[in-house]
Amino acid sequence: MNLAEGVQVVSFGLLALMMIGAALGVVLLSNIVYSAFLLAAVFISISGMYLLLNADFVAAAQLLVYVGAVNVLILFAIMLVNKREDFVPMTNAWIRQGATALVCVGLFALLGTMVVSTPWAISAAVPAGDESIIKLGEHFFSDFLLPFELASVLLLMAMVGAIILARREYMPEDVSTELAQPPVLTLPERPRDLVATPVDRPQFPSGNSK
Amino acid sequence: MLQVQYFLLLAAALFCIGIFGLITSRNAVRVLMSIELLLNAVNLNLMAFSNYVDPQNIKGQVFTVFVITVAAAEAAVGLAIVLAIYRNRDTVDMEQFNLLKW
Repeated sequence: MNLAEGVQVVSFGLLALMMIGAALGVVLLSNIVYSAFLLAAVFISISGMYLLLNADFVAAAQLLVYVGAVNVLILFAIMLVNKREDFVPMTNAWIRQGATALVCVGLFALLGTMVVSTPWAISAAVPAGDESIIKLGEHFFSDFLLPFELASVLLLMAMVGAIILARREYMPEDVSTELAQPPVLTLPERPRDLVATPVDRPQFPSGNSK
Repeated sequence: MLQVQYFLLLAAALFCIGIFGLITSRNAVRVLMSIELLLNAVNLNLMAFSNYVDPQNIKGQVFTVFVITVAAAEAAVGLAIVLAIYRNRDTVDMEQFNLLKW
């Protein structure tokens, strides 16, 4: 990206503020639907960071995969387990939270001093920029070909595993009995109605039983 | 000019927030969201190194794409596990998932 330095610094600051604020909201807010939408804000700001880091393709992949797939999946999971329950308050919960906060702040201090004090081997070469997607494709189909194919196998296994894990173990009996009855007395376009009909309704309305 | 340290500090902050949420949150879906935060922090680190240390031969971006792939698979399987646990235990409280405790 050919942006002026001031534009880069200002957009970095805005994206960093948005990212940290949204991440704190994800962790700290009590309503989990707000957390899910703030997670989308985190993903979008990270995608902007990738644009600042001269990586167009990965920014687009981040938007598509995270915002478009993972976040929607999380929203569907929230809707499926939508039970507004008040958790039983634990005894000494504040000790756990305080200790965790202490450890996290300490970890951040450690990482921060390491990052600041290490002399990074910054390369002076011109970044790939617009040719990054070509380089990425060359990597995928030459020296990273085996991991690339294994990733597709992994995705297939994850898909099958997710279906098997989330599937209901049993079918409700009323639906199976409704299906077992031969719908000989109904019009050909009606049986879809029969499957969706609950048990308590009469099975064949008198109007179309001839 | 933007330095590599800025991105690394930002990724470290995001990682620490993710760990805090991973340990302290009680909703199982929020734990999965914290794991996504952790993976994104790692991705940001990889991209920063890819741009500043290895700008011509961008292998960090390749690793980032692989991490994104694995994260998508992890999210799908993790949410399926959460659904299965919710169906069995009728709660998403992490403190109630102590079936394997002696």
